[in-house]
Amino acid sequence: MMLAASASTGWFLENAFLIPLIPAIGFAIIIGFGRRLPKGGSEVGIASMALSLAIAIGATVQWIQRVGSVDEGSGEHALGGVFGFARSVFPTATEGGHGGEAYVEPVIRSWTWWQSGGLEFGLGQHIDGLAVMLLLLVAFISLLVQIFSTEYVAGDRRYTHFFAALTLFSAGMLVMVLAENMIQLILGWEIMGLCSFMLIGHWWEEEANSRAALKAFFTVRVGDMGLLVGTAVIFFGANQWAVENGSNGFSIQAISGWAMSGEASTSVLFWGAVALFIACIGKSGQFPLHTWLPDAMAGPTPVSSLLHSSTMVVAGVFLVARLYPVFYTGFDIGGTNVNLIAVIGAITIVIAAALAFVQNDIKKVLAYSTVSQLGYMMLGLGVGAWLPAVFHIFTHAFFKCCLFLAAGSISHSGSHHSFDMKKDMGGLWRKMPITAGSWMISTAALCGVPFFSGFFSKDEIIDNAHNNGYTFFYYVGLVGAAMTAAYMTRATYLTFFGTARGAAAGEHHDEHEAHDTAAHHDDHDADHGAHGADHHDDHHGAHAGPHESPWRITAPLVILAALAIGSGYLNAPAVGTHYFTDWVEPRGAAVELDGYASDEGHSEALGLAALPRAEEGYSEGCGYTDPSPGTVCYAPKLNHAEFSWGKAAPSIILVAFGIGISAWLSLGVFGGRRNPFVGLTRRFAPARWIHTLLVRKYFLDDLYERVIVRSVAHPISKAAYWVNQNILDGVVNGVGKSGRSAGDWVYRNVDQRVVDGAVKASGVVASESGHALQPIQSGRVNQYGALLFGAATVGAILLILLNI
Amino acid sequence: MYAANFLLLGAVLFSIGVFGVIARRNAVMVLMSIELILNAVNINLIAFALMNDSAEGHVFALYVIAVAAAEVGVGLAMVLMIYRNRRSIALDELSEMRG
Amino acid sequence: MQTLTNDNWLLTVGTFLPLVGVALMMFVPASDERAHKQIGIVTSAATLAVGIWTLLRFDFDQSEKLQFFVDSEWITVIHSNYTIGLDGISLPLYVLSMAVTLLVMIYTWDNMPDAGNPKSFIMLMLVLQVGMAGSFIAQDLILFFVFFEVVLLPMYFMIGVWGGEDRQYASLKFFLYTMFGSALMLVAFLALFFQTGAESFSFHHLAEAGALIDRDVQVWIFAGMFIGFAVKVPMFPFHTWLPDAHTQAPTQGSVILAAILLKLGTYGFVRIAIPMLPQGAKAWAPVIGILAVIGIIYGALGCLAQTDMKRLIAFSSVAHMGFVMLGISTLTEFGINAALFGMVAHGLITGMLFFLAGSVKHRYHTLEINRLSGMLIQMPRLGWILGFAAMASLGLPGLAGFWGEFPAILSAYNPNFGLDVTLYRTLMVIAALGTVLAAAYLLWLYQRTAFGRPNPEFAGTHSVGAAAADDHHGADIHDVTPIEWIAWTPFLIAIVVFGVYPQLMFGVMDPAVTALVERVGAGIP
Repeated sequence: MMLAASASTGWFLENAFLIPLIPAIGFAIIIGFGRRLPKGGSEVGIASMALSLAIAIGATVQWIQRVGSVDEGSGEHALGGVFGFARSVFPTATEGGHGGEAYVEPVIRSWTWWQSGGLEFGLGQHIDGLAVMLLLLVAFISLLVQIFSTEYVAGDRRYTHFFAALTLFSAGMLVMVLAENMIQLILGWEIMGLCSFMLIGHWWEEEANSRAALKAFFTVRVGDMGLLVGTAVIFFGANQWAVENGSNGFSIQAISGWAMSGEASTSVLFWGAVALFIACIGKSGQFPLHTWLPDAMAGPTPVSSLLHSSTMVVAGVFLVARLYPVFYTGFDIGGTNVNLIAVIGAITIVIAAALAFVQNDIKKVLAYSTVSQLGYMMLGLGVGAWLPAVFHIFTHAFFKCCLFLAAGSISHSGSHHSFDMKKDMGGLWRKMPITAGSWMISTAALCGVPFFSGFFSKDEIIDNAHNNGYTFFYYVGLVGAAMTAAYMTRATYLTFFGTARGAAAGEHHDEHEAHDTAAHHDDHDADHGAHGADHHDDHHGAHAGPHESPWRITAPLVILAALAIGSGYLNAPAVGTHYFTDWVEPRGAAVELDGYASDEGHSEALGLAALPRAEEGYSEGCGYTDPSPGTVCYAPKLNHAEFSWGKAAPSIILVAFGIGISAWLSLGVFGGRRNPFVGLTRRFAPARWIHTLLVRKYFLDDLYERVIVRSVAHPISKAAYWVNQNILDGVVNGVGKSGRSAGDWVYRNVDQRVVDGAVKASGVVASESGHALQPIQSGRVNQYGALLFGAATVGAILLILLNI
Repeated sequence: MYAANFLLLGAVLFSIGVFGVIARRNAVMVLMSIELILNAVNINLIAFALMNDSAEGHVFALYVIAVAAAEVGVGLAMVLMIYRNRRSIALDELSEMRG
Repeated sequence: MQTLTNDNWLLTVGTFLPLVGVALMMFVPASDERAHKQIGIVTSAATLAVGIWTLLRFDFDQSEKLQFFVDSEWITVIHSNYTIGLDGISLPLYVLSMAVTLLVMIYTWDNMPDAGNPKSFIMLMLVLQVGMAGSFIAQDLILFFVFFEVVLLPMYFMIGVWGGEDRQYASLKFFLYTMFGSALMLVAFLALFFQTGAESFSFHHLAEAGALIDRDVQVWIFAGMFIGFAVKVPMFPFHTWLPDAHTQAPTQGSVILAAILLKLGTYGFVRIAIPMLPQGAKAWAPVIGILAVIGIIYGALGCLAQTDMKRLIAFSSVAHMGFVMLGISTLTEFGINAALFGMVAHGLITGMLFFLAGSVKHRYHTLEINRLSGMLIQMPRLGWILGFAAMASLGLPGLAGFWGEFPAILSAYNPNFGLDVTLYRTLMVIAALGTVLAAAYLLWLYQRTAFGRPNPEFAGTHSVGAAAADDHHGADIHDVTPIEWIAWTPFLIAIVVFGVYPQLMFGVMDPAVTALVERVGAGIP
């Protein structure tokens, strides 16, 4: 066993909660005062993101120091632990040259947020490698996108709202990333959903846009059902264990420890994992809930670039990565060679890539490409390649963001707000060299061309799938890589090469017509009214034909393109770097439980006792054997496939093949060179069917919108309402009516005849007898007197006779 | 018997009174007849009071005298008013109260 | 029972203060409408001030105890006392009722319903406030019943006199339906009274003695209370009075109905039915749970079928109260906490939505969803507020609605006292589906009404003077007025504040709820 390693900490790590807080405050300022500020609130957004980024950088540096301090203290530095238990046909992989194996304790703080049933639940931060990486990434990309947006949406009527929503979105994502517990994670998750609704529907005057916004929110919401249910399942599963260990069943750390403890019920874990994964399917656009993502391209391009490539949609992937112990043990990832995550990931890779071939809209190609790459990330997590999957989040963010921004740049300056590759693009590389260059670099990275960042992450996922025994998924990954290369080549060809068409050729087609024909038209402002025209003319002279974009657009492009190459070298086994692994991967080492007293200082002020801090430790098998009594595991120990060029060769060859064949086909189909495949869909029925299937998006949209939504919205709800009005209300009204008719009957028969009858009869009797006795009352006093005395006499006689 | 004489006197007076009330047309006569009836009652009350040696009878008699005085007062006033209005006090002409 | 009796004049004053306003208004001629509105606002403001003072004097560290406790003789013949007190369960609702009345009163300043006569209208509202506040402080069954019924009549008149076209039907339905429930409830109260030895109507006594009643008897008594309270909540299938009442009621009536009146039913469950009849509650819990979940789905489907905005919001109440009842039916601390939170949250959010519907009606003279569109263009602020309220209503975390909904779903995973786990887990999943449907109908409403371009029928005339004469084609369309801002801002702030920092309410309720559940547990063998 290793000696106790005291982990260093620092101000930035301790106060990382400021990273989301600053944009949240920024949002409030923009909403409140944005319109009155000279730059309409964009400066507040940019400033808050810059400040967040600064803190995130500080936190990153301190986290790296912390990892270093633990590794030095552990005394295991550079020796490398043996990763045992690899079950693949390949030899057991060893981690040559890795840092120590000691668990690096995350920096956790929390404050009481709510209480229920005597338990108090916190709001706080859980900072570990994964969180730090994403904080940095999100803050950085958000900043670049906001700078890009100042140019791209300049003059928009809802400029201020746009920046407010972007800033709130970033805050939401950051809240989710550093969430200390599940509720906080849900908070961030849903804030992102809300912002995506606002941003996709930014130009809500057009019904298509508002429908896309609705669809995005609603589809994700369907998945969120799983998040709510899964959180509930996991909470009650983990709560007892967690309370015994001084925490509660929402705490992410406690859930991780519980899932790895061996005490968790397998079925609870399994169903919890399934439910949570459904949420990830919705959020990360996995099959079969991926349909919202391409439609979401109705939003402005910066939105697509931020939300639908590099941040929001990776939330689902992040959730799986964050609660990996739950999924790992729930699906028994280490012990099987097929599981739900891998299957969904694999299906998504292939179907989305296939769809990307038939898109004419450049953003939709990128959207399907994103879906497909998210499939890779899921596949990676599903096959036990945690680190490559997370690394793929990291690299993908840069190149996909770059691609989207490049598409935005093209529409902004090259194609007069059109995104139609076939109609309005072609031959643009001469006119827009910077855009074209950064596009090419990012495409190469996306395709997985060696020495670009995508290669180092994607190839690792594929390689690890094989290494961990998921052979089938290895082949799916390879096929997907080839397809990716092919559709990106097609898109590149259509956009930048060949002959210039439409707007790219300088034609200025009637913009109104374009509005009407292209439903997914990403125009600056969908309004046909007065302000629609004014900024078309002001800043870039659309009539002047395609030209390079101004610096506020190209600068982010260049930076991102540089990172599309450079980010890969953080963890490039080909050149022997493994920084990312050291810093980000949670170490699968058992940690001693040493009571709840903490000498870290930061937990006194907290509502919760922190989980036992990591002493040190290294046990042979977190995730393989249950931790021994008194210890706890927070992460499974994972295999890492060793890199070799020989193993990378199949994917490199396939990528080359994909690029080659696609270039050849593109030249044929779009470039007019003859080859046997031109016109295949016209000549060959099965090919036509496939084409139709793809164009119709596998009919999934039809299924959802025409069958499910329409049936719920119309027949079912109408039926329910009919039941309400006619049966339930019918009962009520019936009771009312029958009550009234019963009352009527009683009134007519009982009241009027019997009761009233008696009353009336007594009246009649009185009247008749009165008439009969009338003569007696003659009015003559004498007669009265006579009667009186007569009566008295009679009375007296009676008294006497009866002798009373 | 001693008491029987008083009672007999009372009965005679009563009968005269009754006859007067029934047979007389003159309202004043009728009133006087009523007085007779009341005094017949008074005689009976006194007689019984003496017989039973109790004071209640005397008290009742005094009470009846007071009431009779009041009654005559009211009755004569009414008769006077009737006379003023109709110039007659014949009771059989007064049949407004016929039902 | 531990009680705190300091400052115990506060509750009586706070509850009956509105009557002073009523008395004053009797001496002011009906034609002086301004004076009546002023008196109404001042009275309810004073009431709220007393309420806030109560809040400040409340000992939050002992929120499980009854505070400001008064117990004096009232109707000795039937052993009914004037027993009042406030604990963590009733405090939020008590203060909410005061706040809502004040804001509604402010809103009335320039949104008097068409039938006019503010004198009677405001007097009725003040009387209503007495009934509502009284119901939350009463600690004696008869007293509770009296207040509970006091609420009925003003609401009946508000709907019947100031309501929409179908007001006669709606008000009568409301009145008879609730009277029907009340009758059964009263029978149940009396049965409980006699079963516990006819000694006292005090809640405390009945909670102790009620637990000792035979199980079968408890089940029957609970049935009576169940129907009485379920009508008020309203739970499926007793909900059909609600859409009519809401749709026909004037805006003020709808707001009060949604914000406070519906809560009397759920409050009754938590305060009376469950603690007094623990075994009855346990027997009935699955029924409540099932009906609650049916209500959730059914209300949502009802919403999707609506063409009228106000009716849609009314149906959404059925769904939301379903979450509240689901929470209660689990008999867990989590569930009841969620239910109590949900009651307040629903009051704020749905109250806000009804305000908005009223203002939309005022501007467009219609609430037909098909005819409304592009509100964000014609009145951006109102459109944004509608979006905000819709988001809060569908349970977005960070806004108040979430804290009623999510913990309720959560609690259904693990119901208390050995209730059928499989059933409840099924209910949980279905309830989660309800959140999806909630998103569907609210966003659908929002997309249809707020997005897009204004309907030409109403478009373009709001700035043109000439069109102002024509009052049916957009002449009334203007953005949020200052009075509306004053009336609405507290709602909006409260929705955010409780959403961001729910501990404000959970902290108050949780000890009381924990004590309550403990007591229930003690009554279940």
